[in-house]
Amino acid sequence: MSDVLAVVDHRRGQLRDVSYELISAGAALAEAMDGTLALAVISGNVEQFAATLDREGVDTIYTVDHGEEFNHDVYVQSIEALYDELTPTALLMPNSVNGLDYAPAIAERLGMPLVTDAIDLSYDEILTVTREMYGSKVETTVTVSEEPFAVTVRGSEWAKAEGNGGATIEPFEVSIDESAMRSTVTGFEEVGGGDVDITDADVLVSVGRGIEEEENIELVERLADALGATLSSSRPIVDNGWLPKNRQVGQSGKVVTPEVYIAIGISGAVQHVAGMKGSETIVAINTDPDAPIFDIADYGIIGDLFDVVPALIEEFDE
Amino acid sequence: MKVLVAVKEVATVEEGFELDGTTIDERYLEYDLNEWDDYAIETGVQLAEDDDDIEVVSVSIGPERAEETIRMALAKGVDRAIRVWDDTLAAAELLDVRTKAELFDAVIEAEAPDLVLTGVQAHDDSFGATGVAVAEAAGFGHAAVVNALELDADAGTAHVRRELEGGVEELTDVELPAVLTIQTGINEPRYASLRGIRMAQRKEIDVQTLADLGLDPAVVDSPIELTDMYEPESESNVELFEGDANAAAENLATVLREKGVGAE
Ligand SMILES: Cc1cc2nc3c(=O)[nH]c(=O)nc-3n(C[C@H](O)[C@H](O)[C@H](O)COP(=O)(O)OP(=O)(O)OC[C@H]3O[C@@H](n4cnc5c(N)ncnc54)[C@H](O)[C@@H]3O)c2cc1C
Repeated sequence: MSDVLAVVDHRRGQLRDVSYELISAGAALAEAMDGTLALAVISGNVEQFAATLDREGVDTIYTVDHGEEFNHDVYVQSIEALYDELTPTALLMPNSVNGLDYAPAIAERLGMPLVTDAIDLSYDEILTVTREMYGSKVETTVTVSEEPFAVTVRGSEWAKAEGNGGATIEPFEVSIDESAMRSTVTGFEEVGGGDVDITDADVLVSVGRGIEEEENIELVERLADALGATLSSSRPIVDNGWLPKNRQVGQSGKVVTPEVYIAIGISGAVQHVAGMKGSETIVAINTDPDAPIFDIADYGIIGDLFDVVPALIEEFDE
Repeated sequence: MKVLVAVKEVATVEEGFELDGTTIDERYLEYDLNEWDDYAIETGVQLAEDDDDIEVVSVSIGPERAEETIRMALAKGVDRAIRVWDDTLAAAELLDVRTKAELFDAVIEAEAPDLVLTGVQAHDDSFGATGVAVAEAAGFGHAAVVNALELDADAGTAHVRRELEGGVEELTDVELPAVLTIQTGINEPRYASLRGIRMAQRKEIDVQTLADLGLDPAVVDSPIELTDMYEPESESNVELFEGDANAAAENLATVLREKGVGAE
């Protein structure tokens, strides 16, 4: 029998969706391993979190009541203590920004092989992980022939666990060594406010690095005007300072769900797609037929935006 | 004070690529400086510009081909470069996170930097794990996904912002020595000047083997094996508008109008 320990994600008092997805991924893995699934809930309102997380497939929920917010030193020490006690075969963690702040550290400390950003897992004597490479242009499978192992799981790839698990909730005492803590969280700040709210728009014209130069932004502005749409963008456009932060769609920007999303010169990297895949209709204009954006688009033009966009403006300006 | 910047040469895949077993046919790969590392280099170089006592050293794991990319870092203002490579590394199918952490840790032991900067992730394999694993191996503090840095060298603290999801930033103080993984947008990476490029030719790239670093060849052994590579299946049934730009635009316009776009 081999067991799975999954570490849930929360922030500022809220469990993040990936926590419920981790339960689904962990329960399936535990079943394939003929083992049990335990969750680790570290910091925050652990009792309330544990009660909400008692979903189908969960056997035990260990709570570590230490501090309110995420701190990677607390996580690493807590997971190490839980690991020593439970000796699970699989350690599952979220591939979130905070996950990436502690998962590599705990895997390194425990000497485990680590595979990040899994989009699928299977287990048949050894673990097989499906993950993407080269900006989602290819998918790969990797096998891991050593146990225990650590995996981080991409968000939105597994369904959220539902139902009731009837899990045992066990407070777990960890004496955190404060002298080993090397970082302190001093606050949080919301960024990307301002006059425009792209989450309100029915139609978004969204521009990516394919636009090449700052002076070309004017071209997509004209298209947005002609369509009565709002202009948004992928991250590099904001990184370059060509549009303000409040226009950025994606994991670290805004999540948008317009009726029509027109992606122009955007490749469709996972962190971008995370912010727009809920759009009702997705249109992509891109020179590269292999661009991953076409995998989620409803309509597409494989072509040069500098030819297509002016032609489209003309269509609507007539 | 010394800043060590990890610099990776990554492959990007060109249009119309073909697979060759578990790799992409070499003809469709273009090698370049990893986008995230460009921002890490800029961060290091700016620190050195503000403080004459800061030396910036780059470290790369990679074959001789990577020297072109390393020279780019030197041209942008990195003082000297280390490249870790030998036949054992060249023969390895895949360098996993544990292996890289040991390699970088050995370099850190030799160089004793106060600050190590890496990119958040490498564009090619997108593991996003090396920096934080290195911090653990070296016993350094760390912060992942940093998009602002204020260094207080005297106090031995890095004041950073970590970019979380959904437009929330976390303000964190990290004790030095530390590893920070740098996010794009933290600064504006410079282009190398002609003078910089000339000077880079004279700068030293110190090639270190596993033996030089006091590491056993077994350090490259990995239980992780790449077993398959394929093109992902499309999730949607995309309808493509063909023909020249005008014809395609006309057909797209028809669909958009049906959806009420452009209606006043
Ligand atoms: C922690 C983290 C958070 C992130 N958060 C976000 C986020 O919130 N939002 C986000 O967008 N990204 C985010 N990213 C970055 C993401 O990984 C990608 O780097 C980014 O989305 C790429 O933007 P792009 O598609 O505009 O550029 P690229 O990937 O460079 O794509 C440009 C596209 O333009 C096409 N093109 C080029 N020329 C033309 C032309 N003339 N006509 C038509 N098409 C053309 C190319 O074929 C290519 O597909 C994040 C990354 C990390 C690690």
